[in-house]
Amino acid sequence: MPNTKRSRLVACTIAVALGATALAACGSSDSDSKAESGPVSLTYWTWTPGMDKVVDLWNKGPGKKDQITVTVKKQASGDTLVTKILTAHKAKTAPDLVQAEYQALPTLVSNDALADISKQVGDAKSDFAEGVWQQTTLGTDAVYAVPQDIGPMMFYYRADLFKKYGLKVPTTWDEFAETARALKKKAPDKDLTTFSANDSGLFAGLAQQAGAKWWTTSGDKWKVGINDAATKKVADFWGGLVKEGAIDNQPMYTPSWNKALNTGKQIAWVSAVWAPGTLTTAAPDTKGKWAMAPLPQWSAGENVTGSWGGSSTAVTSDSAHKEAAAKFAAWLNTDGTALQALAKESGIYPAATNAQTSGAFATPPAYFSNQSDFYTKAAEIAKTTAPSAWGPNVNVAYTTFNDAFGAAAKNKSDFTAALDKMQDATVADLKKQGFEVAQ
Amino acid sequence: MSSTTRRRSYGVKGAPYAFLLPATLLFALFFALPIGYAAYLSFRKVHVSGLGLGSGARKEVWAGLENYSDALTDSELLHGALRVLGYGCIVVPVMLGLALLFALMLDSERVRLAPFTRLAIFLPYAIPGVVAALMWGFLYLPDVSPFYYVLEKLNLPQPNLLDGGPLYLAMANIAVWGGTGFNMIVIYTSLKSIPAEVYEAAKLDGATPLQIALRIKIPMVAPSLVLTFFFSIIATLQVFNEPTTLKPLTNSLPLTWSPLMTVYQDAFRKGDIYQAAAEAVIIAVATLVLSFGFLRAANRRQKQEAAR
Repeated sequence: MPNTKRSRLVACTIAVALGATALAACGSSDSDSKAESGPVSLTYWTWTPGMDKVVDLWNKGPGKKDQITVTVKKQASGDTLVTKILTAHKAKTAPDLVQAEYQALPTLVSNDALADISKQVGDAKSDFAEGVWQQTTLGTDAVYAVPQDIGPMMFYYRADLFKKYGLKVPTTWDEFAETARALKKKAPDKDLTTFSANDSGLFAGLAQQAGAKWWTTSGDKWKVGINDAATKKVADFWGGLVKEGAIDNQPMYTPSWNKALNTGKQIAWVSAVWAPGTLTTAAPDTKGKWAMAPLPQWSAGENVTGSWGGSSTAVTSDSAHKEAAAKFAAWLNTDGTALQALAKESGIYPAATNAQTSGAFATPPAYFSNQSDFYTKAAEIAKTTAPSAWGPNVNVAYTTFNDAFGAAAKNKSDFTAALDKMQDATVADLKKQGFEVAQ
Repeated sequence: MSSTTRRRSYGVKGAPYAFLLPATLLFALFFALPIGYAAYLSFRKVHVSGLGLGSGARKEVWAGLENYSDALTDSELLHGALRVLGYGCIVVPVMLGLALLFALMLDSERVRLAPFTRLAIFLPYAIPGVVAALMWGFLYLPDVSPFYYVLEKLNLPQPNLLDGGPLYLAMANIAVWGGTGFNMIVIYTSLKSIPAEVYEAAKLDGATPLQIALRIKIPMVAPSLVLTFFFSIIATLQVFNEPTTLKPLTNSLPLTWSPLMTVYQDAFRKGDIYQAAAEAVIIAVATLVLSFGFLRAANRRQKQEAAR
């Protein structure tokens, strides 16, 4: 055992040293020609499944005409890819196109890894909801990416079990708490849902719904509002439910969680539009028994949701063919054929508003075959998404969330203290990097 | 002196260096250089001006000892070190004790099916650490574990192995399960190299098998024990796979459970490779001091015993 650990360390060291060369080999900015005429080949880092098939449509269609060939390099998702892009960017060998989650854009822009493509894709603005588009501009005149998919949040519940226990679908968070308590009374071994500390995106989305603005700017300074009144309200609400034992406190995405969903031990899940995919693998036996409803609201009559997930297509500052790359990014996320293929091959929920009601979304996902208006409802909910406010160190806030809220959920202790910890760590990191932080 | 060297041909004189060249080159390129680079990074940091959104807003500047002082005053790194210490206090004695016991049993004369047993004990070592941690993680989760199913049927208490004190036992169990076989082989091999005359002499003097084991075998394999202990200390200080794999299954494991996890978090989750480099240097120095300190202490004792 010690032997392998040691040799693994050596291997890692070698891999790191070789990294520079290997990345240089992967990099695509191979041609020095400044002219955009003549054949161009682009590399695209993405984690979307089936993207190669969508890109084939480009390479055989519009790409062939313009002599722009795109090659897909499949990557790990989310934060892992951000790290990889930043590392490649250090060696000036980032690929031409990358997939990036909205909350990662400020980090990438702040590292000067993304190109401003406002000239090439500015016209696409009208294809997207304003709140979605604003995430790609970071409130500036520049445009750093084209939105690809979005994750408006919704409430998923076991329709059959809600009926069995005589529960009503909650429309406000107060009702949600009452529903959790009512279920505990009727079936003490069941939980309405769990508070999981292993995906910060869920909590960020819930805070967004409540009107939180985690990162804002004033002049040349960043302002961090992670422990603002709106987020505190959300933290207190979930902390209270965990403390009184009305809901479970175990993390999501574990074999236990899968089993709880599959056997009806947990009967609801606050999630996003992509939930059918997750439920298909986590709870295959309960297909057709679930239903989707809008997220509960903070005050009755309101109609707001948050977003959890979603990503965009960006052009890197290292690309030698930024114009060609931007052209592809715009096609991929606004062209009808491309969006249709993305929906079919990759199962994404498009950011482009008119695609949300297009042919691919006429029928509900197979898992929700009982709810025929699934996507009509989803498109309506998507329109109510609250604006988000991301900053240059979302990763630090998210990492701190995992540990601070994990411990608070385990100990059933004060969630507000965990929130303050998150705020302090985020501010401290900004200051350490030299950002000016407004109080 | 100079007359003798002059008489030798140049080629012969240069030969040793020529033979050394490949190894030196590889060492410099793939060992010294990355370590040197890590040390260099540990004295650097980024400095952002303004909102940090334009190009050229981010510069790399000298940080002095700032990263080191941050790392040394970071309570999480210290807590991580203490957690690993507690974990090591379970792993190392249990693992080496079992390894020695198994080696002595395999070496005894009355053993049956020795080759099969040896392989069976060694086999877990061949399982990759991540796979082992995943497998045990599933076995520890009450909702999916067959053990808990049996415990429930028998109406026995079902301890939560992924929380508090039992978590250390659960984690140590994975390391012991995976590492005992390797250490057993090392000890067993050195048992096999003890000359048969020694045992013969002991038997003629009327020593029982137990006495032979305690008075002859164990003292004679002491160097192997020192070696396995040395390896185990290093492996324990570098524990990373098991806690990282178990982390998503429980709220009780922070992302900074072990010092190496803190390094990983800073480098790849928070994107601060400078801070991570400083922490890596500190861990490397601590590992060197601890393991070589142990080796020196062990050697001194052996010399003293030899002098007696």
